Amino acid sequence: VQDRCGCVLMMLCDGVCVQAQKLLRERLCHQKLPDQPVGLDSQYKHLLELLRRTAVHGESNSVLIVGPRGSGKTMLLGCVLRELMSLKEAQKNVLLVELNGLLQTDDKIALKEITRQLHLENVVGDKVFGSFAENLAFLLEALKKGDKSSSRPVLFVLDEFDLFAHHKNQTLLYNLLDVSQSAQTPVAVLGLTCRLDVLELLEKRVKSRFSHRQIHLFSSLSFAQYLDVVRAQLSLPPDFPDPKFSDEWNHSVTKLCEDKTVEEILRRNFNGSKDFRSLHSLLFLAVSRVSVSHSTLREADLIEAWRLISVDSKANVLHGLSILELCLIIAMKHLNDTYDGEPFNFQMVHNEFKKFIQRKSHSIHKFEKPVVMKAFEHLLQLELVRPVDSGVCKVQREYQLMRLMLEHGQVMEALQRYPQCPTDVKQWALSAFG
Amino acid sequence: MSHQKSFQYADLLSVLERVVDIMSAPDQYSYPSVFIYGHRATGKSHVVLSIMKDLELPHASVDCVECVSSGLLFHQVLSAFFGPDAAALLPRCPSLSDFVRLYKQMSSNSPATQTRYIILDRAERMRDMDFSLLPALLRLQELVNDNVTVILLSEIVWEKFRPNTGCFEPLLFHFPDYSKGKSLVQILSWDHHPSYTPELYASYINILLGVFFSVCRDLRELRHLAVLNFSKFCEPLEKGEAKESDIHKLWKNIEPHLQRAMQTVYLREVSSVQWEQQQMDEKEATTLRVLSAHAHIELPYYSKFLLIAAYLASFNPARTDRRFFLKSHGKIRKTNFLKKHEKTSNHLLGPKPFPLDRLMAIFYSVVDSRVAPTASVFSQISSLVTLQLLSQVGHDDQLDSPKYKCSVSLDFILAISRCVCVCVRLLDLLALSLVIQSQVVRQERSLFTAVSNLHLL
Repeated sequence: VQDRCGCVLMMLCDGVCVQAQKLLRERLCHQKLPDQPVGLDSQYKHLLELLRRTAVHGESNSVLIVGPRGSGKTMLLGCVLRELMSLKEAQKNVLLVELNGLLQTDDKIALKEITRQLHLENVVGDKVFGSFAENLAFLLEALKKGDKSSSRPVLFVLDEFDLFAHHKNQTLLYNLLDVSQSAQTPVAVLGLTCRLDVLELLEKRVKSRFSHRQIHLFSSLSFAQYLDVVRAQLSLPPDFPDPKFSDEWNHSVTKLCEDKTVEEILRRNFNGSKDFRSLHSLLFLAVSRVSVSHSTLREADLIEAWRLISVDSKANVLHGLSILELCLIIAMKHLNDTYDGEPFNFQMVHNEFKKFIQRKSHSIHKFEKPVVMKAFEHLLQLELVRPVDSGVCKVQREYQLMRLMLEHGQVMEALQRYPQCPTDVKQWALSAFG
Repeated sequence: MSHQKSFQYADLLSVLERVVDIMSAPDQYSYPSVFIYGHRATGKSHVVLSIMKDLELPHASVDCVECVSSGLLFHQVLSAFFGPDAAALLPRCPSLSDFVRLYKQMSSNSPATQTRYIILDRAERMRDMDFSLLPALLRLQELVNDNVTVILLSEIVWEKFRPNTGCFEPLLFHFPDYSKGKSLVQILSWDHHPSYTPELYASYINILLGVFFSVCRDLRELRHLAVLNFSKFCEPLEKGEAKESDIHKLWKNIEPHLQRAMQTVYLREVSSVQWEQQQMDEKEATTLRVLSAHAHIELPYYSKFLLIAAYLASFNPARTDRRFFLKSHGKIRKTNFLKKHEKTSNHLLGPKPFPLDRLMAIFYSVVDSRVAPTASVFSQISSLVTLQLLSQVGHDDQLDSPKYKCSVSLDFILAISRCVCVCVRLLDLLALSLVIQSQVVRQERSLFTAVSNLHLL
């Protein structure tokens, strides 16, 4: 009987573990909207008020939400829209058009997308319009016909707003902001962008029609608040079906956050970047280790996850090079040291390498020049070495000027980790001037 | 293949565990994008595709080299997930917007029960396509609101991919390279010939790696070389001159052969067919006719002198011409040889352009008989330009004083001058120009005396 219980427990544990994983993955990978955004109260209120005025009172508005990548712009907007749509009047009337600068790379494509999202394809039919403005005016007019007195408010959400500023003549932006200034239809134009200097990208006529309202999302979390956020992100909510498991889990998470090494790791991550996206990738790598056999989060998981995130990828690449290629990199490093980073060509590198072979080396035997050239070209393909001017090919290959894309420190560190590195090569690298 | 698979898992265990962990819950969301990097032939595509097949996950595998336009990529992805009918709905030159719209439409009809994976091999090519393709694919999960993950495989590190204004950062995984001792020998030994023992093949592989490992670690190249040279290795065994245990004898037989292979087959100077042909020939030490061997370029008599003169003009500075090429130039004055760094020696910087007059002057002093300046001599210069042995610098319109540059290397010039059977003096001139260029100033005095002695001969 005990065995059967044990098995049943395992199965229950299995199901519960899976559910916990599911919840955490949704939170960390799928960026599910939290109930209330953390640390963004004033911005939340401001935005909600603005959109309410458009949706309920018919006021036209334009606003830009500016913040670095991963600071929560889309999340903030999502929460605000969720609350807005819960209002009865808004739910009936408001139309939402979502455009993305990455997808709608052209104004024509953007216009087609607007037509589609407003469900006006049939109304437009095969009409041909003279200009963008006419087309947009027609669409907004068509919205009026449904509701005789006034038009329905439209919310235009422009993700990656700075990319729209690169379109020809910025027609889409001009027309949308123009409509938001004139009193025809209640329109709210919301831009989300990661560029702080986005206003400089706008043309004068576009900028003047913009209301210059900006909501900045600069994370002002202190480290203690950051730790709280980590705890909250990893904890299971109170309405989890198995309260015993969730209590144990939350308890282990609290203990984990108090551990010294974990705090050290989180502090280093915090010093690197305060945004939530990098935190999510770190936590996800740790959470993905949780399985039936090991059903709590341990500090080893976090340490492993941190190691994966903080590794230098070029050092990994250098680890797999052949000895000849490594010698070429050391020769280039010496050239950089001697001539203060001036560009070099293959002949110079080969010359340095030959000097090393003749004077100091015992283990590396002399390779023919074409073999050395092939190794050099492999380094070119890995983009560890780049030509100074990539277009011009009038110069012979051996004389084309190049630069090394590695730093002194990276080369020396890679040398330490290189498997079975011959001592004379190491000595050569450490010596001052070739 | 399965034993290869199991081996690979053993070697890359920790990385694989992580990758499999990420994919282990197919009915739940996974991280929107993953970037896997590593050297060539470390098994990135093979492992990822094997995992997909084993776990039976819906995936679309696209090689970015094939996708000349982004429309081809969209087509492949849609047809892999939703069938060819869906792909046919794409318009003629589909934009990213069309792709996302169609994807959303299709996935709302058939939502994903398991995570869909899009695997993009050789993802470094995507940087040359539409600028918005890479950032959009990295956040595809959010854009189409479906359970999809994009896996990028590449040789180049992530820092070179990141767009200017940033993008959604994927999870990074590094596939480690092979170590010499265990993995590489083991993998290469799988190709062993059935009629010989695996131990013999393993010792052959060790000899091969002893020659080639310090130059190249690409598994594909090493396999190719191993296959090509094995018959030569086994020659003494077949002839009965050695037994399988006489490793030293076998090594002595094969090692010079492998050295020659490094200069020819490894560099693709000869094709593998030619190489195998040469092994079957009983003649010993015949030189292979390699692709870039200049020994067999046939040039007319004066063209050779013109080329030598061009080389001297490119690599000697103009002020030394008097010293070298005038029969009697009187006293040698100690000109100020600027302190040249070794680096700025002409042999390292490359050939310098020279005007036609200078070329003809050097030519007349170099050539051993009296030559009249006829059109046939000048037309040989144009043929040398067409053969790309000389290159013209400056615009075609400059008929007045065209400038040229020598584009061949010293080895070629030495080979030519040898076949011209020119007198020793010419070789000395060439050697001298080498010496002048590579020595540092403090030996200036002795050089001047050496030069003057030469001309008095």
